[in-house]
Amino acid sequence: MDQRLITAIVVVIAVPAVLLGYILLVERVLGLVPERRQASLRPWLWILPALLLLGFFLVYPTIATAIRSFQDKTAAANFIGFANYQFFFSSPDTLVALRNSFIWLVLLTALVVVGGLITAVLFDRVRYESVAKSLLFLPLAISFVGAGVIWKFMFDYEPAGQTQIGTINGGLTALGIGPASFITDAPANTIWLIVVGAWIWTGFAMVILSAALKGISPEILEAARVDGASELQLFRRITLPLLSPTIAVVATTMIITALKAFDIVYVMTSGNFDTNILALDMYHQLFDFGQPGRAAAVATILVILIIPVMIVNIRRFQAQEAIR
Amino acid sequence: MAPASLGHIGGSVSVLAVWSGGTDPTSEQYAFMQVLKPFEDATGITVNYTSTRDINASITAGVASGNLPDVAGLPGPGKMIELANAGTLKPLDGLFDANAYRADTPGSAALEVNGKQYAEFFKGSIKGLIWYDPKVYTGGVPTSWDDLNTKAQAALANLSGTKEWCIGLQSGAGSDGWPGTDWIEDFVIRQSGPDVYDKWVAGTQKWTSPEIKMAFTEFGKALTNSFGDANSIISTNFGKAGDPLFTTPPGCLFHHQASFITSFFQKDNPSTVAGTDYNFFLEPDINPQFSGAVTGGGDLLGMFNDTPQAEALMKYLITPQAQAIWPSIPNSGAISGSKSVDVSIYPDDITKAAAKDLANAKIFRFDGSDAMPAAMSDAFLKAVEDFTKDQTQLDSILANLDTVQSTAYGG
Repeated sequence: MDQRLITAIVVVIAVPAVLLGYILLVERVLGLVPERRQASLRPWLWILPALLLLGFFLVYPTIATAIRSFQDKTAAANFIGFANYQFFFSSPDTLVALRNSFIWLVLLTALVVVGGLITAVLFDRVRYESVAKSLLFLPLAISFVGAGVIWKFMFDYEPAGQTQIGTINGGLTALGIGPASFITDAPANTIWLIVVGAWIWTGFAMVILSAALKGISPEILEAARVDGASELQLFRRITLPLLSPTIAVVATTMIITALKAFDIVYVMTSGNFDTNILALDMYHQLFDFGQPGRAAAVATILVILIIPVMIVNIRRFQAQEAIR
Repeated sequence: MAPASLGHIGGSVSVLAVWSGGTDPTSEQYAFMQVLKPFEDATGITVNYTSTRDINASITAGVASGNLPDVAGLPGPGKMIELANAGTLKPLDGLFDANAYRADTPGSAALEVNGKQYAEFFKGSIKGLIWYDPKVYTGGVPTSWDDLNTKAQAALANLSGTKEWCIGLQSGAGSDGWPGTDWIEDFVIRQSGPDVYDKWVAGTQKWTSPEIKMAFTEFGKALTNSFGDANSIISTNFGKAGDPLFTTPPGCLFHHQASFITSFFQKDNPSTVAGTDYNFFLEPDINPQFSGAVTGGGDLLGMFNDTPQAEALMKYLITPQAQAIWPSIPNSGAISGSKSVDVSIYPDDITKAAAKDLANAKIFRFDGSDAMPAAMSDAFLKAVEDFTKDQTQLDSILANLDTVQSTAYGG
């Protein structure tokens, strides 16, 4: 039988069957222990497979990566102390990647949150809201690689005097402003790449924020209007504070997205012209340069950078739980 | 050796390479299937072929996980040397008469590690060909680099708005800039000879040395006399870079590119005819001391598992019969790596002439950037782009390459 057919059968039939068998087995085992202990044991036994999978596919690789970051590139993986980190913080190329990842983090988050907030609030007040929202949401359905290719065409540059194939340079030339080389001119090129990222993600932020906006009770807004508050005051003093937990969720998502960003830069510049970012540098180190130790060091630095964001997030969730 | 002499073996062999396109009869994958068919028929071995565009990543991941194909295309001699030193690649010396193979295959010396052959030069291309439209440039074949520039000036005097060169460096993720590295390699071998070239590839010739700097400077002159501007040179795809040869008035006189570019000419300009609308001459000598020195590239195949099926395939692929199949397909632009393949199999005069140039080369060297370690090669590609963008930065660009050189080799 074809290997792929066997795999398909295993995935579709055997995996659910094993899980079901496990649950039945757990109930059988629980039947043997005293009734009062059952309630405290059952949740642990039920989530045990998930914990094992998480441990195997998440905790173990994270620890293994951290260990790998202290080893050299050979198969013997000799320990070389902090040499990989020393390389990271002394090589001009990786420092540019670190700087750019920081710009991505700040700018992508800002553009997406502000753009999503403005569009959510404004579209809330128009009749064709669903059409406008759908249009803005559409880019999220495009893969990042696809978006990179599309925007590479949009940003296409031909020398002044030649026919401009790129939409943006075509427009600029029609307006009498000369063409600009968006992709190769540093440092602005990083910002143009971030704009592509924002083009994709703004729709996501808008949909989440818009849903939260609908959740704000109209009575509160009505009461404020009766008290003579202007629309701007309404937004600043009522809408914004009520939306702040949602904004925080969107911002956290975007910070993590910015640190993980890879595809757009890989497709559009491959990290050239000072546009390199951490995730792409990790890829280059591992696959192009055969430096798994250095790649692991970049990965570990990425994890360390994300930890504070996660801590803030978890604290906030706990605070919300406490309110409830 | 005919495939029949391998005898019936049976079983299967897995092959991973970059040739894609499925069953489309114009695709590279289809061409490779044509090469494999006599082998499968004669030996009863099933070849399980997988294509990947990112062969480097696939092999690196395969080495880490131990899940490697039996036979694979290799990105270049640089990677091959790393894999051979790591013991992942199997030596091929026992499979065929290695001395006869080396004598028959230009450039195969670059595929040796510690005196053993670790890859086959499956399919080749000759680099440093200068393409032109014979209706526009009628000056004939130049005898030297200076002569080329003199003849170009004479031709340009009768044209308005035409530049001497067309250059395009864009190629796609990870390989942007390689046409520029080809330019520089062709200058290094013609200006300073194979010894400097070998030292440079091996990492013992400083980038800041006068020999390498001279090659960059000469490339800079070509860039200055090129169609478009620095930004458009960087962002023009190599496959489209030669298109201004065919516009009216022409954008440029010459395009410097390897033999495979004809398939791109045909794709973008289907009405052009080889020989009538485009032709080439080999980049002329610069220093007469190194007359007849050329560079080339090619597809390498290596073996990760020495199963009887894989060994049979490696034996078969270098036979004159197997070597003749792909190059005989019209518009494939492919040249056999073997000198003993008869030139009559090539479908057109242009490919015939390129194949002759490759077979007759007095000094042949493999594409230098492909033969350097990955980190060096990547820095070289970046340097070409940075230099194109701003030629005044040459000294700091070369100094940076020296820094990379000091860590990229060995350990």
